[in-house]
Amino acid sequence: MPPEPTFAIEVNDLTVAYRDKPVLWDIDLEVPAGNLLAIVGPNGAGKSTLIKAILGLVRPAAGQVVVHGRPYSEQRRLVAYVPQRGSVDWDFPTSVLDVVMMGSYRAIGWFRRPGKRERQRAFDALAQVGMQDYAERQISQLSGGQQQRVFLARALVQNATLYLMDEPFQGVDAKTERAIVGVLRELRAAGKTVVVVHHDLETVPEYFDWVFLLNVRRIAVGPVAEVFTDENLRVTYGGRMPLLQRQGGTVAPAPAQAEWDPAI
Amino acid sequence: MQIVDLLSDYTLRTVAAGAATLGLASGSLGSFAVLRRQSLLGDAISHAALPGIALAFLLTGSKAPLVLIIGAALSGWIGALIVMRVVGTTRVKEDAALGIVLSVFFGIGLVLLTSIQKRPDASQAGLDRFLFGQAATLLQRDVVLIASLGAAALLVAGLFWKEFKLLTFDRDFGASLGLAMRALDALLTSVLVIAIVIGLQTVGVVLMAAMVVAPAAAARQWTDRLGVMVLLAGLFGALAGATGAVVSSLGQRIPTGPTIVLCLTVVVLGSLALAPNRGMVWSWLRERRNRRLLHTAVVLEELHDLALRHPGQEHGHSMAVLEAGHAGAHHELEALESRGWARRSSDGLWSITVAGIAEAQRRRDPSDGDEKD
Repeated sequence: MPPEPTFAIEVNDLTVAYRDKPVLWDIDLEVPAGNLLAIVGPNGAGKSTLIKAILGLVRPAAGQVVVHGRPYSEQRRLVAYVPQRGSVDWDFPTSVLDVVMMGSYRAIGWFRRPGKRERQRAFDALAQVGMQDYAERQISQLSGGQQQRVFLARALVQNATLYLMDEPFQGVDAKTERAIVGVLRELRAAGKTVVVVHHDLETVPEYFDWVFLLNVRRIAVGPVAEVFTDENLRVTYGGRMPLLQRQGGTVAPAPAQAEWDPAI
Repeated sequence: MQIVDLLSDYTLRTVAAGAATLGLASGSLGSFAVLRRQSLLGDAISHAALPGIALAFLLTGSKAPLVLIIGAALSGWIGALIVMRVVGTTRVKEDAALGIVLSVFFGIGLVLLTSIQKRPDASQAGLDRFLFGQAATLLQRDVVLIASLGAAALLVAGLFWKEFKLLTFDRDFGASLGLAMRALDALLTSVLVIAIVIGLQTVGVVLMAAMVVAPAAAARQWTDRLGVMVLLAGLFGALAGATGAVVSSLGQRIPTGPTIVLCLTVVVLGSLALAPNRGMVWSWLRERRNRRLLHTAVVLEELHDLALRHPGQEHGHSMAVLEAGHAGAHHELEALESRGWARRSSDGLWSITVAGIAEAQRRRDPSDGDEKD
C-alpha cells in the first residue's frame, strides 16, 4: 500500500462572502508537496480571495486551512506570501534592500532592527531574482517587472516551504518572466510548494505541474495533463471562452485570446 | 518693543519650548499619517477632541491640562474608532465618514463650549482657547506635560519602528508574517492621537491637523528615506511651531494656530519649490534644459539638411530661413556655435561646420550608441 500523500496545503469547505454574495463557495483543495500549482479562472472567480482567505487576510464564513498537517495559524512561519505588486504605494520612501528585509521582520522579533545577517540574506535573495545591482535604489524608480522581482525576493528571504503568489506574471517584461520561472523551478527542486494565481492560460502547461480551475466553485484540480482540458476550461470560463484547439496533446487557447484575457 | 518688555523672557521661552516640543512630536509622527493617506483622519481626530475637552471640564470642574488632555484623547480616539467602524461595516466611504465624524463631534463640542460659557461662575473662562490656540497661556507645567507625552509617543514609534514601517507600506504582508497588524494599527493611531491632543491648547482643534500633515508633506520633498523624513518633519514642525507661537505671543491675543499655519505654509511652499529632484524649480530647470537640447538637435539637423541640398557645406544661410522652420532658432545657433558645430560668416549667414556634419550624422545613425538592451 502506498504511503499517505503529504499535502502542503489542504483547504476544506472554504466559503467567503461579501455582503451576502458568495465570492468563494465550498472550496476543497489539496495540493501535494513539491508541486507548482496554478490557480486559473476568469475575473471575479475569487482567485486572489482564495489566497487571502488561506492567509487569514480575508475572514472566511466557513472552512479550515491545514498546512503540512497542522492548522495554518500554527504554521505561519512555513508560508510566504507575494502580494499583487499594485497593492502597495511604490512611492513609499524606502530602498529596495529595505523592502526585501521586511521578509525577515517576524524572524528578527520585536524591538530589534535588521542586522548584518538579514542584509546578507536580502542581498542573496536579490541576486536570486537578478536584482543585486538595485539594492540601494529608491523603490519608486523601479519598473513593474523589477517591483515584482523585489516582492519575490522578499518572500525568498522568509525561507518558507509553501509560497502563495498573487499574479506574479501580471504585466511583467520577458526578463522578469524568465527570472520568476527560474525561481519557481529552483523552489520546486528544493522540495517546496508554490501556489500561483495565473492569468495566461497559454503558459500553464509549460510552467506548472498542477492546476486548480476555479470560478467561485471548484471546477477541477489535479495534474495539468489530466485536468487542463477543453471541457474543464469551458466550464470554468463559461460562454466567454473561445474554442480551444488541441495541439500535440496540450491545450492552447485560440489566437483570439485578447478578447477574453482579463490581463489585457 | 513695549510688548516684548511686557512679557518676561521666561514666558517667551516657555512658549517657544512648548510649541517646539509639540511641533517635533506631531511633525515626526504625522509622517506615518501622511504616508498612510490618513491626513484627514488627523483632522477628524483633532476636531473630535473638542467635546472631550468640554466634557472633561463639566465632569471634573477642573481645567488642569492633564484632565483636559485625557478628555481630548478619549473623544479623539472615539472619533477615529467611529470612522473605522463606519468604513468597515457600512457602504459609507472613508471621506464621507471622516466628514461626518469631524463635523458632528465639532458641533457637539461647540454646543458644550457655548453652554459652559453661559454659566454664571467665572471658572469656565479660557476654554475657548482650544478653538484656535493661545500659546501665550502655556505654563511651565504645560510644557512638561507636552514634553513627556510627546516623548512617550516618540518612544513607542522608535520601539515599533520596523512594524510601523511595514504597517504603513504593506499591511497584508505584515499580517501574512503573523504580526498583529490590527493591534499595531490601534497603537499607531493612539500615538497619532497623543501627537494631536498635546498641541490643542497651543494650536487649537481647528488647525491642529496642519501640524500633523504639513511638516511631513514638506519633508517628503527632500528625502527618499523614511528615517530622514521623520526627522526632517519633526524639525520643520518644531521650527514652525516655535516661530509661530513666539510671534503670536508678541501681539495681543493673536491666535497661535493661524500664525503657526502661516509659518508652515512658508516651509511647505519652500519645499515644494526648492527641494532637489521633486522641487518645482529644479524640474522646471531640467525641463528647460531638455527642451533646449532637443531644439538644438533639431536646428543642427536642419542646418545639415540645408548643407546637403547646396553645393559645399560652406554655403551660408540667413537666420530667416532657420527661424521660418523654427522660431527662436538664434538661441540654438549660438549654442551650436559655442560647441563648434555651426559658424557665422562676416555677413551674418550661418553654415554648418565639418564637426557639425559629423555630429549630425552620428546622431542620425541609430546603430551608434543608441542600442536597446
